[in-house]
Amino acid sequence: MSARHDAVRAGLGVGLAVGVSGLAFGAAAVTAGLSVAQACALSLFAFTGASQFALAGVVAGGGALVPGVAGALLLGARNGLYGLRLAFVLPARLRAFTAHGVIDETSAVAFAHPGAARAGFYATFASLYVTWNLTTFLAAAGASAVADPSVFGLDAVGPATFLALLWPRLKESPEDRKVALAGVVIALAATPFLPPGVPVLLAAAGALAVLVR
Amino acid sequence: MSLWWAVIATCAGCYLLKYAGLAAPRKVLDHPAVQRFATVVPVALLAALIAVQSFGQGFDWPRTAGLAAAVAALLLRAPFLVVLVVAALVTGLLRISGM
Repeated sequence: MSARHDAVRAGLGVGLAVGVSGLAFGAAAVTAGLSVAQACALSLFAFTGASQFALAGVVAGGGALVPGVAGALLLGARNGLYGLRLAFVLPARLRAFTAHGVIDETSAVAFAHPGAARAGFYATFASLYVTWNLTTFLAAAGASAVADPSVFGLDAVGPATFLALLWPRLKESPEDRKVALAGVVIALAATPFLPPGVPVLLAAAGALAVLVR
Repeated sequence: MSLWWAVIATCAGCYLLKYAGLAAPRKVLDHPAVQRFATVVPVALLAALIAVQSFGQGFDWPRTAGLAAAVAALLLRAPFLVVLVVAALVTGLLRISGM
């Protein structure tokens, strides 16, 4: 019961804290030239922050849309990898609905609470979905009135969230520490040379290296 | 390609990518090598994400200090939500103070 309680509380907290970044997305999207409806459609139906920001960035830069969409999908590809593991803890019955919630934050909370992965996943999904969409709309509808969220230090919340959720695994398992270090080194080394999304996917190769060894 | 088509293609593609992992055939999911990979790969992905979100767009002093504060909070066994608040507060305050 207490494990479930912990997972739900973490999930609600992550949803609220990270969901507020919808302000940044809504403002960025409308500034880039997307309509309010288009910004909201992306948050409602794509619902994966990195891909949404990538598409808005391409629109802002006046770039070609086909490679822009391809770049957004590249960033979304890692969600498929989370699913390989989540398939074991989430109910197959609700798969079509559940799939929409498979993103970094929900996966991280689920993996950090092995005893209550399901509760953690759905708590994060619900609170993040509501907050993300609400703040997207608010910022998109009144883009110029919204202050830059980086002023409030919200850009530090994302990495801090993932770090806090990974922490117990890093503390306990030397193998996980090796995998994490390999992931960090690969991603940072690749970032200057490869399009967004590829460095993080490439870091999955760090996991492969540990397997092969 | 009109902007709406780009929005629709991104939405559909992102959903299908999420669905693909969950709906992988049982035979694939049950393979021992896939299970090992699927257990380890979130650690690699999330660690890479921490690095890219923190330093991918260049070094930012307040954000780095916020992350360091989060590490300190974790070492002091602070509760999860406190860690997030500490990171945001330190980063935000350093920015407001113009550092």
